[in-house]
Amino acid sequence: MADNVPATTAGALRTAPGATTGRGGAWWRTPVRTAIPFVVVFGLWEFVARLGIFPKRLFPTLEEVAQTFVELTARGILPHHVFETVLRLIAGFALAALVGIAIGVMMGRSRRAEDIFLPLVSICAPIPGIAYAPLFLLWFGLGDFSTILLVGFVSAFPIIFNTWTGVKAVKEIWVRAAHSMGADDRRLFRKVILPGALPYMLTGLRLGLAQAWRILVGVEILAAVPWGLGWMIFGAREFLNTDVMLAGIVAIGIIGFILEKFVFERLERYTVVRWGMMTA
Amino acid sequence: MQHIEVNHVSLVYDTPGGKVPGVDDVSFTMAPSEFLCLVGPSGCGKTTLLNIIAGFLSPVAGEIRIGGNAVNGYGQDRGIVFQDFAQLFPWRTALGNVTFGLEMKGVAKAEREAIALEQLKLVKLDKFAHSYPHHLSGGMQQRVAIARALAYNPAVLLMDEPFAALDALTRDDMQRLLADVWRETRKTVIYVTHNVAEAVFLADRVIVMTPHPGRVKAEVRISLPRPRDPLSVEFLEYQKALLRHLSEPSRADAQ
Ligand SMILES: Nc1ncnc2c1ncn2[C@@H]1O[C@H](COP(=O)(O)OP(=O)(O)O)[C@@H](O)[C@H]1O
Ligand SMILES: [Mg+2]
Repeated sequence: MADNVPATTAGALRTAPGATTGRGGAWWRTPVRTAIPFVVVFGLWEFVARLGIFPKRLFPTLEEVAQTFVELTARGILPHHVFETVLRLIAGFALAALVGIAIGVMMGRSRRAEDIFLPLVSICAPIPGIAYAPLFLLWFGLGDFSTILLVGFVSAFPIIFNTWTGVKAVKEIWVRAAHSMGADDRRLFRKVILPGALPYMLTGLRLGLAQAWRILVGVEILAAVPWGLGWMIFGAREFLNTDVMLAGIVAIGIIGFILEKFVFERLERYTVVRWGMMTA
Repeated sequence: MQHIEVNHVSLVYDTPGGKVPGVDDVSFTMAPSEFLCLVGPSGCGKTTLLNIIAGFLSPVAGEIRIGGNAVNGYGQDRGIVFQDFAQLFPWRTALGNVTFGLEMKGVAKAEREAIALEQLKLVKLDKFAHSYPHHLSGGMQQRVAIARALAYNPAVLLMDEPFAALDALTRDDMQRLLADVWRETRKTVIYVTHNVAEAVFLADRVIVMTPHPGRVKAEVRISLPRPRDPLSVEFLEYQKALLRHLSEPSRADAQ
């Protein structure tokens, strides 16, 4: 049967053997292309630092920053800060993901829930997260509890919005097909609505995580927690330890990169990209 | 005994711009294992009628009976194939799509996969059981959709222009395949199309509908031996007869 040729045979042939050589380049092309902007920025930084226009304390060389980074790591200080921050991040973000997806799905499925939540969410979402901080600290006291709650609250908004959009974008034809095949509400939700809305939900989770970072680093200072990257960075200001601040910023960058590469990209590759619902 | 009875069914869409009639007082009956084609110009209400029979829409007047029972909402006694290729679940493989109905019925995994594979074999796609829909061509996706609608063994198969978006060559293949599938499964089929050659090739009986709002205009029984030869004189005669019914003004209503 002529029709037995899969639609993507041509595409599969192009990418299958040695997918890394795609678009006529060698395997090192991509990493090098990614590295170039960093090399340029680092080069400029080093150039300015060595010119000596700024005091060395305020504008350390890359070597000094690296040295501080290694030293803080070796003494266990940086890992401790990272550990506490990441724990708060995960706790707050998990809270946001659970509540955000639940509310988003409700809004997408029920007109009543949409009428109740949409005005609230639309008004609260654009307010900068840090503006809520004093309120949360007064209500729930200084410390981890308030911090996690605030992180969860603030980062839930993009998750709510995107889940809501995703659920509304689930194709009616999938719902009809599932209904005609005997799916009840619970299984329709688990087996059609959730996977159907997943591309949007992943976008929402990504944005939520970025939001969680932003608010967490800021609120760590206000909440008077003894450990955490935010606290480390702001604490370093007192003693003009620019190298410590930069080491903290580098640590945040690395954690963000790891989460993106090893959590989100992987999740996407195994789900929406594999299903053809999103291109890599 | 009649398998399907459609009694004086009408539907009106309530739109912001006012009331739009969908179908108007449609009646017909079907014997078990009959293959019925609904033919009519675009916008006459074929999809509307099929959605009423499927149970997705409630008629404002009239009723549908299947096996003697009044239809009230969708149910597993009817399998449905839509025109849109996107009807398959992209997050499930071909096999996963076909097992869906059985999963909902509570059939054990090993058994439902065996049944699904059997259905995929019927539409000649067992080799692609583990492919995701986006790796399949349009014709293959529609065949998976047919296998999916058959897998949980509904007595009735409802098809809404399933091959209309395919190229002509593929469509011919699909029609032959569907004729074979029907011969083997003996489902009661309602098949919507606006292609008269397709109707003559597939149907035991063709119902011609009037332009919007759709009413039954004529019924034509196709008494040709199967498999049918689209190049035979009789085949062309039937096509001409259907085309005449379609083009003749509604005044000379055959009803
Ligand atoms: N959801 C809807 N809302 C309002 N009008 C509709 C809707 N669906 C179909 N119609 C109208 O009903 C008529 C019949 O449509 P349809 O059943 O899709 O025709 P067909 O399938 O024969 O092309 C058309 O005039 C169409 O505009
Ligand atoms: Mg239609």
